[in-house]
Amino acid sequence: MAEPHSTANQSAAHADQPLLVAEGLGKDYGRLTACRDVSFALYPGEVLAIVGESGSGKSTLLQLLSAQLAPSAGCVSYRMRDGVLRDLAEIGEAERRFLFRTDWGYVHQDPALGLRMAVSAGANVGERLMAVGWNHYGRIRDTASSWLERVEIDTGRIDDAPRTYSGGMRQRLQIARNLVTEPRLVFMDEPTGGLDVSVQARLLDLMRGLVSELGLAAIVVTHDLAVARLLSHRVMVMKAGRVIETGLTDQVLDDPREPYTQLLVSSILPA
Amino acid sequence: MTAMIEIANAEKTFTMHLQGGVKLPVVCGVSFHVNAGECVVLAGPSGAGKSSILKMMFGNYRCDGGQIGIRHRGNVIDLAKAEPREILSVRRDTIGYVSQFLRAVPRVPTLDVVAEPLVVTGTPRAEAREEAGKLLRCLNIPERLWMLPPSTFSGGEQQRVNIARGFICELPILLLDEPTASLDAANRDVVVHLIDEKKRAGVALVAIVHDDEIRHLIADRVIDVTSFAAAA
Repeated sequence: MAEPHSTANQSAAHADQPLLVAEGLGKDYGRLTACRDVSFALYPGEVLAIVGESGSGKSTLLQLLSAQLAPSAGCVSYRMRDGVLRDLAEIGEAERRFLFRTDWGYVHQDPALGLRMAVSAGANVGERLMAVGWNHYGRIRDTASSWLERVEIDTGRIDDAPRTYSGGMRQRLQIARNLVTEPRLVFMDEPTGGLDVSVQARLLDLMRGLVSELGLAAIVVTHDLAVARLLSHRVMVMKAGRVIETGLTDQVLDDPREPYTQLLVSSILPA
Repeated sequence: MTAMIEIANAEKTFTMHLQGGVKLPVVCGVSFHVNAGECVVLAGPSGAGKSSILKMMFGNYRCDGGQIGIRHRGNVIDLAKAEPREILSVRRDTIGYVSQFLRAVPRVPTLDVVAEPLVVTGTPRAEAREEAGKLLRCLNIPERLWMLPPSTFSGGEQQRVNIARGFICELPILLLDEPTASLDAANRDVVVHLIDEKKRAGVALVAIVHDDEIRHLIADRVIDVTSFAAAA
C-alpha cells in the first residue's frame, strides 16, 4: 500500500496542538453560498485533501483558509511560531503578508501565477529568502541551486527564466520557491492539474517525499482522487459548498459512506 | 499472555446508495482475540467477510458497531471510534498490513518501496535499503530488479515485494491477506519461515489463507468467519 506518512520525529510537543483551526467557516456571494459551516483542525505534519467537483466550493475554501478571502461567517486561526493560536482576521495586513512569505507556501495550479516568469529561476527561489532577510548573494545562490537539485531541475538552467521551462519544470520550480523558506504549512490548488500524466506521477512522488521529509502540513485542493490518495492523510469531500464526508483518506475512498462520495469513487475510469 | 487484539461484537454493513440504497450486511457479532506470538487464521468461503474483518482491524473499513481493541503503546485503543490521527499513529507504530495486491507509487524503485516503512519511522535511508535488500534476496527477487518500479513485475513478484514491505518493520501486530496466493512452493516456504520468525519475536498475526497446507503450518488457531455471518 502506498500511502503518505508523517515523519516520526516531529516534535511531540507541537504535534499535539493544531496548527490551523477552522470554525463554522462560510462565504456568501450575495445570495449565492460558495461554502458554509466548515470546521476542522489541521495538525503539524498532516496533509488534508479537499476533494469535490468544480463548483463545489473547494477553491473558495482554500482562499478562506489562506486568508486571501474574508469569510462571511466563522473564523480561521493559525498557530504562530511563538505557539499562540491567533484569529487570522485579527492580525494586521503586514503580519499576514509576512506569514505568506515565510511560514506558508501557496502552490497554484498555474505556475505562472506563483512565479515571476521573466526573472531567472535562481532569482525566483532567492527572492523568498531575501524577503526573510537573507542578503549574502553567494549563500542565496547556493541555497537556490541546492533546491533546484532537490526538485530535479538541472542546475545548469539556474539563470534561465521559467518562461523557457516546460510545464512540469515550472511546477517543480514553484514548489522549490515555496519550500525554500521552510514553511510549516503549504496550500496547494490542483498542483498537478495542467500536467501530462507522466509528469504528474513524477511530481506527486516528489511532493510526497518532500512533505514527509520536511514534516510539512498541507492542504491540497484536487478533483483527482488518485492525487488525494497518494498525498493526503485525511480527506474532506465537498458538495454544493458543504463538507459532506470526512475521514482517513483510504477509509473514505475504500469505504465511502455518502451517496455523493460513492458516486465520485465509482466514477474513476480504470487506466 | 497479552491480548494484542480484542474484538467484541464488531459489525459491518455496506449501504449501496447508487443501487437504490440496498443494504449489504457483511458480518456481525465478530468477537475474538489474538495474543502476542500467535497466528490466528480467518477461514471461510469467499464472500464470508474475511477481508472486511481484516480491513476493519487496519482502520481501512469503518466499523458500524462493537469494538476493535488494539494494544497500542501500552494502552488499548478502540479503532472503531478512533480519530484519523490515532489510526495513523497505530499504523505507524503497531499494525502492519500486507494487502492482497501491491499498490505502489509509479516510478519508485522496488528497493525504496520496500524500505519506505522504515524510512518514515526514522531509520536512515541507507540502512533501510540494506534491510530491504536482505528481505528481497530472501524472497528470491533478483537484484537486477531492485532499482525498477514493481509495476511491470509478475503477480508473484509483486506479491513478494508487498510481503517484504509488510515484514520489514518490527511492529507488534501483522495482518496478512492471502500472502501466499500467487506464490510457487519455494516462495511459500520462505513466507512460512518469515511468519515463524515473527511469531517467535512475539508478533500477533492474523492471516487469511486458502491453502490448507499453509494454514496447517502457520495457524495456532482457526476462526471460522461463517459464524459471524450477518442475517441478510
